[in-house]
Amino acid sequence: MSNELHYVDARRLLCPLPVIRAQDAVAQLKTGDKVVVTSTDPGVKADIPAWCRINGHEVIDIKEQDNEIIITLCVNHKE
Amino acid sequence: MKQKRKAVALISGGLDSMLAVKVIQEQGILVEGINFFTGFCVEGHTHAVRKKHKDKQKRNNALWVAEQLGIKLHIVDVVDEYKDILLNPVHGYGKNVNPCLDCKTFMVKKAVQWIKEHDFDFIITGEVVGQRPMSQRRETMPVVAKESGGDDLLVRPLCARQLPETLPEREGWLDRDRLYDFSGRTRKPQMALAQQFGFKDYAQPAGGCCMLTDENYAIKLQDMWHNRPSRNYELDDIIMLKMGRHFRLAPYLKLIIGREEGENRFMQGYKNQFMSIFPTSHPGALCLVDGEFKTDQEKQQALALVARYSQGKNAAQVTLTIRQSDGTEQNFTIAPMAPENINREWII
Repeated sequence: MSNELHYVDARRLLCPLPVIRAQDAVAQLKTGDKVVVTSTDPGVKADIPAWCRINGHEVIDIKEQDNEIIITLCVNHKE
Repeated sequence: MKQKRKAVALISGGLDSMLAVKVIQEQGILVEGINFFTGFCVEGHTHAVRKKHKDKQKRNNALWVAEQLGIKLHIVDVVDEYKDILLNPVHGYGKNVNPCLDCKTFMVKKAVQWIKEHDFDFIITGEVVGQRPMSQRRETMPVVAKESGGDDLLVRPLCARQLPETLPEREGWLDRDRLYDFSGRTRKPQMALAQQFGFKDYAQPAGGCCMLTDENYAIKLQDMWHNRPSRNYELDDIIMLKMGRHFRLAPYLKLIIGREEGENRFMQGYKNQFMSIFPTSHPGALCLVDGEFKTDQEKQQALALVARYSQGKNAAQVTLTIRQSDGTEQNFTIAPMAPENINREWII
């Protein structure tokens, strides 16, 4: 299992683009890798966790600071 | 062992695609969803930005539908590819600037490509014969199937019995008798089926889920095309058409004035791309200037208009700053424009 940390800058993008950016990043990564998505659209608080639940990935942390929402997720490509 | 067949469904987030998936799942088919982001989707931008929509759930309906159905969803960014569909539709536009027939054909074509790449067997959509005036007519539905290359791999479960048999039906992957024969604009059969499946919550966007079918949006888009040397556009252009009040002062000059705090905050992010105007003596709206001032009169008009949409609208004078995109600023003091002096022809 890999355990690398990757960053996605989705600031100023409106949903669903932050989800698409996260999805495209995750597609390139291995199970166990972590992705930190930074966004300014509050819609990500619902959309990224929903996308993770659907596709089997895990949201580890959601925090807000300075009008930015930072979501950390763990990749899981297992069926 | 019998091979489990796989279908990909075009998911808009509305009820019809939700029902279509469920009908196919009921026949033991593995379904995954695909959703195309063109940049013109109604949900997302406006609801995310505008404070007046704060009571609406900030959810992406396609994701929500996928979760209700227990299927994977692949969201595909087609913003760049979609430009050619919008700018050069072979079958023309609908009532506004909606190239629905070309759009549906494009999406099914993309789905055909997707099933080949992912080893899926067929495609499903929530289309219903006669439901929409352009892409969902009895005469045009075969056009979509043919021109997309979907042909008999394209199954419309809600109206399949109104249409010729498809390959999944002929091969026995699907039982035609357990597909439906809905037609026309009535929503009653869909509502009944939703109730049968136990779907209580679902999106019912009036007029569809595309901004291109919206008259006000279409007027703004056509104005942009008319006043630029090229109709080509970037994603930021089409997002900005959803933001604020738009005033066309000259072919080379448009003002976008925020309508509320949420829009003002969002538009702040564009201050390094556009010249902007904002009041400093009173709270008020941010204005992005798309273009340039060629005369002092235009600059005075813009300042007075922005002052008019500030909380100093009844004050004798309002002080405002014009900020260039490089950050240089200049202050001005001006009387707010009286409502009767706002030229109706400016309003887009």
